[in-house]
Amino acid sequence: MALIRDRELSEDSWLYIEDGAPVPSDGGAIVSLERWQAERGELSGRNAPIGVRLDSDTAPEGLALDVDRLDLIAVPFDQFKDGRGYSTGRLLRERFGFTGELRAVGNILRDQLALLERCGFDSFEYAGGTDAAEAVKAFDEIDFVYQTATDRRQSAAATRNHPSRAFSNGTSG
Amino acid sequence: MYIYDEIDQTMVDQRVSQFRDQVRRRVAGELSEDEFKPLRLMNGVYLQLHAYMLRVAIPYGTLSAEQLRKLAWIARKYDRGYGHFTTRQNLQYNWPKLEELPDLLAELASVQMHALQTSGNCIRNVTADQYAGVAADEVIDPRIHAEIIRQWSTLHPEFTFLPRKFKIAVTGAQTDRAAVKVHDIGLIAKRDAAGELGFEVIVGGGLGRTPMIGPTIRDFLPERHLLSYLEAILRVYNQLGRRDNMYKARVKILVHETGAEKFTEMVEREWEQIRDTAVDLPAGERERIAAFFNSPLYDKVEDAAGTLVRHKAEDANFAQWVDTNVAAHKADGYAIANISLKPIGGVPGDATAEQMDAVAALAERFSVSEIRVTHEQNLVLPHVRQDELYAVWQTLKSYDLHTPNLGLLSDMIACPGMDYCALANARSIPLAQEISERFADLDRQYDIGELKLKISGCINACGHHHVGHIGILGVDRKGEEYYQITLGGSGAEDASVGDIVGPAFPYDKVVNAIETLVDAYLDVRADGERFLDTYRRLGADPFKEALYGVN
Repeated sequence: MALIRDRELSEDSWLYIEDGAPVPSDGGAIVSLERWQAERGELSGRNAPIGVRLDSDTAPEGLALDVDRLDLIAVPFDQFKDGRGYSTGRLLRERFGFTGELRAVGNILRDQLALLERCGFDSFEYAGGTDAAEAVKAFDEIDFVYQTATDRRQSAAATRNHPSRAFSNGTSG
Repeated sequence: MYIYDEIDQTMVDQRVSQFRDQVRRRVAGELSEDEFKPLRLMNGVYLQLHAYMLRVAIPYGTLSAEQLRKLAWIARKYDRGYGHFTTRQNLQYNWPKLEELPDLLAELASVQMHALQTSGNCIRNVTADQYAGVAADEVIDPRIHAEIIRQWSTLHPEFTFLPRKFKIAVTGAQTDRAAVKVHDIGLIAKRDAAGELGFEVIVGGGLGRTPMIGPTIRDFLPERHLLSYLEAILRVYNQLGRRDNMYKARVKILVHETGAEKFTEMVEREWEQIRDTAVDLPAGERERIAAFFNSPLYDKVEDAAGTLVRHKAEDANFAQWVDTNVAAHKADGYAIANISLKPIGGVPGDATAEQMDAVAALAERFSVSEIRVTHEQNLVLPHVRQDELYAVWQTLKSYDLHTPNLGLLSDMIACPGMDYCALANARSIPLAQEISERFADLDRQYDIGELKLKISGCINACGHHHVGHIGILGVDRKGEEYYQITLGGSGAEDASVGDIVGPAFPYDKVVNAIETLVDAYLDVRADGERFLDTYRRLGADPFKEALYGVN
């Protein structure tokens, strides 16, 4: 398992805390949504970073009012083909304004990293088939995007219609 | 036609490089077949019974002569000299080698083509009316918005791992040639009372094991909101579509189980949140894309229609082809020429490299270098001068592309079936060929009139059997091929799902059964009534009686 954060291999300082187990007084701790909801006051009063795991079958709306109190939200992908977390990521960022670390966890393929990043994920617990140092190349394989998304990259349409850009139609490029 | 700019070209080129690296990692053993599968599917590569299969996207069924020539060249170099046009206006190669696929995709990219999203649980290649831009009953050329959708859906970051595949079809005409009511989303362009352009939005149609005619969830969506509305539909589906059972994962099941009204509410609520964000296109972009689909400059020809009448009078075979395969064009003196890929006894939708080259040459000379592919697996030359139809027909004749059977019994849809497909339970192609041979007499087919026969080799319904006037579904019964017959389906504007007429037939009894059904229809039809209309008027009884002897 490697952690990729902001496109680089990184040390992971966060711990997952089982329900019922004591939460250490320092260091980043990730708890379940249920525990967060039950012990919200206590957990956010703790003088250390706090994160919540939001399962893929749980709508992100439940965290809408909490995003400012959370330092990290971890979204598990039990199967790489379960794409619900992509919508979860966009909603947490774009609709609810979460600015902390958004972490993709579980079965993530190298070739999904760039898409997940576009949906607001900035860290990845990566256990994919290729080594993580090679996998970070996947962020840079396609230079253009056709859609607006969380990453606010300029879409092809916006680029083409940008007043400062004299853009050629046709095959000259 | 739409022409790529440097952004579009870079996208497909880089996707080829990306795929080349994926193939390299697979061949080197860095990726297991399981891990490779979603990657190859995103590039249209399937693993079939005998080999890999590549499905090339032909967005909204429009091809240039140059592109069709390249498809022919690829068929020769990387396949066995032919290709198969599909019900989603795509082209399939059945025999490419995995190691050669990156080169093949690079060849496609060199003519602004790709195989992106022709498979996998993503938004698939968008389809449209094959008469786009030339139909007289058209509100707007549907390819403008189909191209807008193509770009928006390409590598969409949020909607690439949906519960199941997602198909969008667009028409701008009153007559539905794109089967919009049996797609995940169907769009019908229309104008409101004020003359503003918009779309009727249909969601949750589909075939497969649970056929459904999609309900309209919005009567009129102003066109400037198209992408935000699509994004709202897809987001609701991505979050709530079932993932526990792949057979219940299509959006039609979500719409059905939720109820169309409640589903609509959810979509509208989501849309309210995003409708005025940057999801929708800047106006300049819509205009930029629309400009590619302006009508060509048509020649003003002195008495083109008169010349056509004279050619018809001189050659009865030509006249027959014109009456059956040629459709009215919006411009004076022009015609739409349909090229049947259903010769008697042939494989529906197959075309050889020589035939592709011949059609490309005809398009260059007689049809502004443009070709269309239809969901009924035929080709179209959309802009032919009426006085040049005779020359076109003569060339078609020398390539066996002149069968005058459009819309008739032998113009059937058939999936590849057990001859190629890993999912099939039964053969489709040989059955189609035998039925075609049985009705080889074209005069008999003219007498029968419009009859849409559609054959699927399994319940996934790639051959659209549910919406055939007569549908045939192959099933496996203890290792033996059986065929269930349905009657009364339609994929057009009067869409309906066919009813199973009775017990299935073994392979060697199907052709007789079809003939029995046709004879029963001829006995009871009213003047000028199509098979479908007779069935709708009288119900299944006369047909059951003819097939099974009892009611």
